[in-house]
Amino acid sequence: MSTTAVTAPPRAPLWRRLMGFNILTGILLGIGGWYLGYWIGTRLTGESFAYFASEAGQNDIAIFLGYFLGVVGFLAGLGFLNYPLRRMLGHPPTLAEKESAETHGALRYFSLSTDHKVVGMQYLVGIGFFFGVGGLAAMLIRTELLSPHHHVFGANQYLTLVGTHGTLMMGMMTSSILGPFANYFVPIMIGARRMAFPRIEAFTFWLLMAAGVILLTTLAWGGFQTGWTGYQPLGAQGTAGFDAYIGFFTLVGISMTLLGFNIMATVITMRAPGMTWSRLPIFVWGVLATAFLMLLAAPMLAAALMMATMDRTIQTTFFIPGYGGSSYLWQNLFWFFGHPEVYIVALPGFAIVLELLPVFTRKPLWGYRLAVAGLAGVTFLSFFVWQHHLFVSGINADLRPFYMLSTELISLPTGFIFLCCMGTLWRGRIRFTVPMWFCIGWAFNFLFGGISGVFLSDVPSDVLTHGSFFSMAHFHYTIMGGLIFTFFAAIYYWVPKMTGLRFNEMLSKIHFWTLFVAFNATFGPLFAVGWLGQPRRVVTYPFGLQTLNDVVSIAAYCIGVSMLIFLANVVWSLVIKREPSVANPWNSKSIEFQLPTPLPVHDFDRIPVFDADPYPYGEPVPAAPAFASGGGQV
Amino acid sequence: MSGYAKRIVGVVAVTLAFALGIVLFIVLYLTSVPGSSAATRTPAGAHLFLATVPAAELSDPHPTWVSYYAVNARSGNWRHTTTYTLPAHTLVHVTIFEYDTQTGLRNPFIAQVTGTVGGTFLLNGKPTKAINPDTASHVFAVPQLGLSVPLMGPGGNAKNVCANAPCSLKNAHETISFTFRTPGKGLYRWQCFVPCAAGYIAGFGGPMQTVGYMDGFIHVV
Amino acid sequence: MKEVNHFRRVTLWWLVVSIPATLIVVLVLAPGMPPGNGTNQAAGQVIDNTVLFGIATPVTVAVLVVFTYSLITFRERTPQVAAEGPALRGHAGIQLWWIVVTTGLVLFLAAYGSIRMLEDGAGGGQGPNPIAPIKAPPGQRTLRVQVVAQQWQFTYRFPQYGGVEVPNIELPAHSTIQFNVTSLDVIHSWWAYQLGVKADANPGVNNVAYVQTRGPLTFDVHCAELCGVWHGYMFGVGHVVSKARFAAWIAAKQKQFAPSLKKLGPYSKTYFPQPLRRGG
Repeated sequence: MSTTAVTAPPRAPLWRRLMGFNILTGILLGIGGWYLGYWIGTRLTGESFAYFASEAGQNDIAIFLGYFLGVVGFLAGLGFLNYPLRRMLGHPPTLAEKESAETHGALRYFSLSTDHKVVGMQYLVGIGFFFGVGGLAAMLIRTELLSPHHHVFGANQYLTLVGTHGTLMMGMMTSSILGPFANYFVPIMIGARRMAFPRIEAFTFWLLMAAGVILLTTLAWGGFQTGWTGYQPLGAQGTAGFDAYIGFFTLVGISMTLLGFNIMATVITMRAPGMTWSRLPIFVWGVLATAFLMLLAAPMLAAALMMATMDRTIQTTFFIPGYGGSSYLWQNLFWFFGHPEVYIVALPGFAIVLELLPVFTRKPLWGYRLAVAGLAGVTFLSFFVWQHHLFVSGINADLRPFYMLSTELISLPTGFIFLCCMGTLWRGRIRFTVPMWFCIGWAFNFLFGGISGVFLSDVPSDVLTHGSFFSMAHFHYTIMGGLIFTFFAAIYYWVPKMTGLRFNEMLSKIHFWTLFVAFNATFGPLFAVGWLGQPRRVVTYPFGLQTLNDVVSIAAYCIGVSMLIFLANVVWSLVIKREPSVANPWNSKSIEFQLPTPLPVHDFDRIPVFDADPYPYGEPVPAAPAFASGGGQV
Repeated sequence: MSGYAKRIVGVVAVTLAFALGIVLFIVLYLTSVPGSSAATRTPAGAHLFLATVPAAELSDPHPTWVSYYAVNARSGNWRHTTTYTLPAHTLVHVTIFEYDTQTGLRNPFIAQVTGTVGGTFLLNGKPTKAINPDTASHVFAVPQLGLSVPLMGPGGNAKNVCANAPCSLKNAHETISFTFRTPGKGLYRWQCFVPCAAGYIAGFGGPMQTVGYMDGFIHVV
Repeated sequence: MKEVNHFRRVTLWWLVVSIPATLIVVLVLAPGMPPGNGTNQAAGQVIDNTVLFGIATPVTVAVLVVFTYSLITFRERTPQVAAEGPALRGHAGIQLWWIVVTTGLVLFLAAYGSIRMLEDGAGGGQGPNPIAPIKAPPGQRTLRVQVVAQQWQFTYRFPQYGGVEVPNIELPAHSTIQFNVTSLDVIHSWWAYQLGVKADANPGVNNVAYVQTRGPLTFDVHCAELCGVWHGYMFGVGHVVSKARFAAWIAAKQKQFAPSLKKLGPYSKTYFPQPLRRGG
């Protein structure tokens, strides 16, 4: 592949290069925007609300306006207003932020970049940071739960830790595969040079970072006491810390909606010649299904949060019973988003595993159409199950058999995915690389997560386990055992391509095994803890459960250790040692591994033409094996 | 310095900065709880003097929030704590100076006292079983011990109502005393049951959900 | 070289592991599981869980056996030879068989769960208009108890006994009891563990649940929905006692709490207490 030599102009000194539209300017304008918004809010506050604000010592209108203008200032400082303004002034369309001399500096990672590879890398590091913060909160939660009668943290601080952990994880990790890896590799896999809307792509990233910072400011207001589900009217009662929760999830909702929209537009309209739907890599199918869910479900969250904001500021009563509102309204609005949300978290895991298994079994994906049907089935059904979070809440009892059926049904397309995994493994030539180990870990964890879901979907069984640690163990098995394991599989698989550097093999294997063992040692006993009667989000529990809780806490510390091992691996391999990797370390036949490392700015010299299915592995099989029936080959 | 050495120094510096940040977060924020106050020991048992005020002192992080305070009987000093250390298996006499005005109970059931010796309490010296629910200003309740004492507050037209802590006995107030027996060693939580958190929806936000104001612990040793 | 029939081997392994495992789980482990057999509803949940385990165990074992067998048998033994596996892309028969079997299992579970739920309510909250109400046997009266959830304790009112409100609950043995669960402020959830009852408490809503008690029992009550800072401390203990003892207990409570009963409003299925406004 030929590359035109880039004659970069002589570089200006660092302080000159720092002046301009980048994160520093963004932070400055963001802080300025906060103060401006807060000041406007105090001027705007009507008399009756001002009375309540002075009694409570917080002015929610001012805080929300401060957050809003702070985010606007942050985004303006990064340069997001520049292109729209230039276009409005008549300048022609351009991707200047990708084609400037800054394409080769580290500064491009701290500013608005329209290069999808840069945005993918930004996502990976940004989400990684907040994953660390959420994980730290989890370690602290388990520390508090070591003893039922000795409290390490204040009661309010503990609930804030619980809420911060859940909120950060559910807000950030939903984009953990789509943000870094879909943005980076989907254009390449479909033969495009960019996403359909590169600036929106960058916008979703920086909005997510602003959201994370806003959530961390909850500490300044005393935290929030509602957990990640933000139930009303409890949330309406909260101090200003709940405003930070609302701000976070609103921005996350907008970011997710736009991310999904961008991916859908890209995959639908920008496929290269020959890339028909039946030749689409299964990873792209999975990402497309997830994008569909994001586009349809995330706006519901933003709408519900707008209503909660109005309840807290302009004194509406959407969720306040007795004044015309209903606590059920919030539950239904939230879970109408919340259930597709957990499939947004699960589907990318399916996509990664199905994509990686052919590479490491040296066989094509078994049951490609069945896998696509599985992904589509999960996507479709996920909108029809949300009331299973409300089985004992007093909803119309006639609804429950329907939702029990729909929830049980969703295990069918999930089963298709497992069948395709088993079929791909069958008679393969399996190579146990680190990404492969994480896929195997996914299969083990999601099996138990899924089976425990069958228990929870059954109403008589759910009467015992709803709101207890059993349901918490279920979703950690599916979300953490599912998504996070595949997140690491994707990292070990693709980061050598993204950076051109090798991971240390020994540290990687130690990371996997400590994580796998510690994860199961942590969440396996939690099924029992829930069955034995411990509710969720409690700071104290019956003395008899202390031994189990202590075992879980120690195992959780081991998860923390395994994450530190991963961090050490990243720092050692990618920062300190920096040993180069070959262009195709896995001998993958996927198109991104046929390109040189590092990938050229414009990905392809010429747009490729696709003429074969994405899994050209395996040796042809002779026809008619002895005991096959019904056609096809076994 | 070679590139390699520079990178190692950078990694170490960043790691130390993060570790320091985490430690500060834990020490300064997570574990910062209000201190505790012990009951005064006398031959007749233990005495605990408390006060409830319409607004905490002006130097408090939340100067507009209602709050409980512990009062030292001898020196008259006011301490802003809600964790009270009491001896085990002892008769504890509690006197509460109620400086905050009336709000009213959400559940009128709590207007009747439970868990005290004799099933009554002294309201301004008069033995009482239950008060008018609309005159309640706060409640002192330890649900784990079955103890719940409603605290009547000065009425709306009382004169010389206290503004911020600390208050003096010249301010309008009601005096409530009761006796209860502490159980064995342990940590028990107490709370107020009146929706007295002004400015918060349903009156149960803010101080009603913050240890150090309208919630706390009884630490029986 | 003799061609190994992997499919037959896997099936054998599955039978060898899943039959004893399912028998142990269904006959030994599951019947002893929580919440125990203290009430009809709790016992019903144990049976329901046993059936679920009976189906889940062979399915889980099947998947585990296939994965384990594949990972061991089909591992690459000669990594230096860059060989590939057979290019198998699917098998219509296997896919059809899988779809049929899993669909059948799922439909059975949904039907079974619905039937069990509609039989006696399974102890869950059914909202204001329950579709599985339990009628007391002839000659007996259903005891109605209102569970009032508030931040942060549960209190109980007995409308058939003058509407007296008490802070701790006792129930008569061998009786049919209807719980009317409501809240005064935010969403709570009344979870009486050994009774096998869980019903959310929503403000302004009457959530009805039923239980049929058996013999004397001590049960733990926990709040199962995050309701604020003391959610974890919102617990208590209740007792199921003989009918005679219950009658004596409720009479004593009516005397003890007569002063508060004068201050309480009349019994109602829901309450919208003032002040609900922003305090102060």
